[in-house]
Amino acid sequence: MRRGQVLSEGTEAAHHANQEDPTYIVDHVMHHVQDSNYISFFDWKLNLPHLELFGFDLSITKHVVMMWIVAVLLILVFSKLAKKKGLTPTGAFSNFFEVFIVFIRDDMVYNIMGEKLGRRFMPFFLTQFFFILTCNLLGLVPFCATATGNIAVTGALAIITLLVTQIGGMLEQGFFTYLKNIVPPGIPAWLLPIMVPVEILGQFTKPFALTVRLFANMTAGHLVILSLFALIFIFKSFGDVVSYAVAPGVVGFVLFISLLEIFVALIQAYIFTFLSIIFIGAALHPEH
Amino acid sequence: MDLAFFGAALGSALAVIGAGYGISYLSRSALEGMARQPEASADLRGAMIIAAALIEGIAFFALIICLLMVLLLPK
Repeated sequence: MRRGQVLSEGTEAAHHANQEDPTYIVDHVMHHVQDSNYISFFDWKLNLPHLELFGFDLSITKHVVMMWIVAVLLILVFSKLAKKKGLTPTGAFSNFFEVFIVFIRDDMVYNIMGEKLGRRFMPFFLTQFFFILTCNLLGLVPFCATATGNIAVTGALAIITLLVTQIGGMLEQGFFTYLKNIVPPGIPAWLLPIMVPVEILGQFTKPFALTVRLFANMTAGHLVILSLFALIFIFKSFGDVVSYAVAPGVVGFVLFISLLEIFVALIQAYIFTFLSIIFIGAALHPEH
Repeated sequence: MDLAFFGAALGSALAVIGAGYGISYLSRSALEGMARQPEASADLRGAMIIAAALIEGIAFFALIICLLMVLLLPK
């Protein structure tokens, strides 16, 4: 992983190394973090189709292709897992995924939402967790991009959680009972003018926080790695020897940050799913 | 304007100071609890990781705003 990253960034940066303008480093760094309308692999470039629907830009971009790859991976893995006969998993493949799935089921969903309600929502939370986890981890593979490093993708995931919260709560408790229960019952009347706007706003700030948390964690990690690599090229202006001297230290530091990124990928997928469970559990059964 | 770059750097530094202070306070309490009761270690570790991720989330809000400020400055 380390060599692949050095290769991919080093080759592309070397193409621009002759330019005098120092902002080429910023452009290069941003190009790796942002979405783009083409996929490039050294000298091979594929321009992705540009689609539009009623004025909304629905073109296929690099992150969309990454999400398709994640979807195909998940379908392959989980259809193979679901075909196993019997209730206890055998073999390394099933046992590996059993760790994650049983952890989500017992320690997260059933703990917070109870068994009856949890059973209904297990497929949703499993899908959400493994989609976010695979998107995050695939961003660390060389020549791949992080789909969850796009605020539109994380925004869509948070909007899905918001819709399940609101619509599930309205279906479970009845429309007006749910709206009444947004403000917790048992609050003294003089607090209501404050609590009602705060709670209503809170319904929208929570998915917004989910969005920005996941997006910022993924993007910041990649930006740190890319900025450290860019440091090598910035030092070139002091002389070639300086950049060669700085390079081993930078690569070691980047290795450490990449390991931290794997940890952060797991944690962020866990946090997103955990908070979704809490919000949906609170909306469907407010007395818990 | 150079002052805007300075403002962005100062903003992100303050955000990181706040998050660092918050998470270090949190991990101090968690470690004290784990030292007093090693059998509660697993619960404390889980709660610590969740709280740390939430605090980091807020720090990242400020970082994203500073980043947007730097990137969207008119040349």
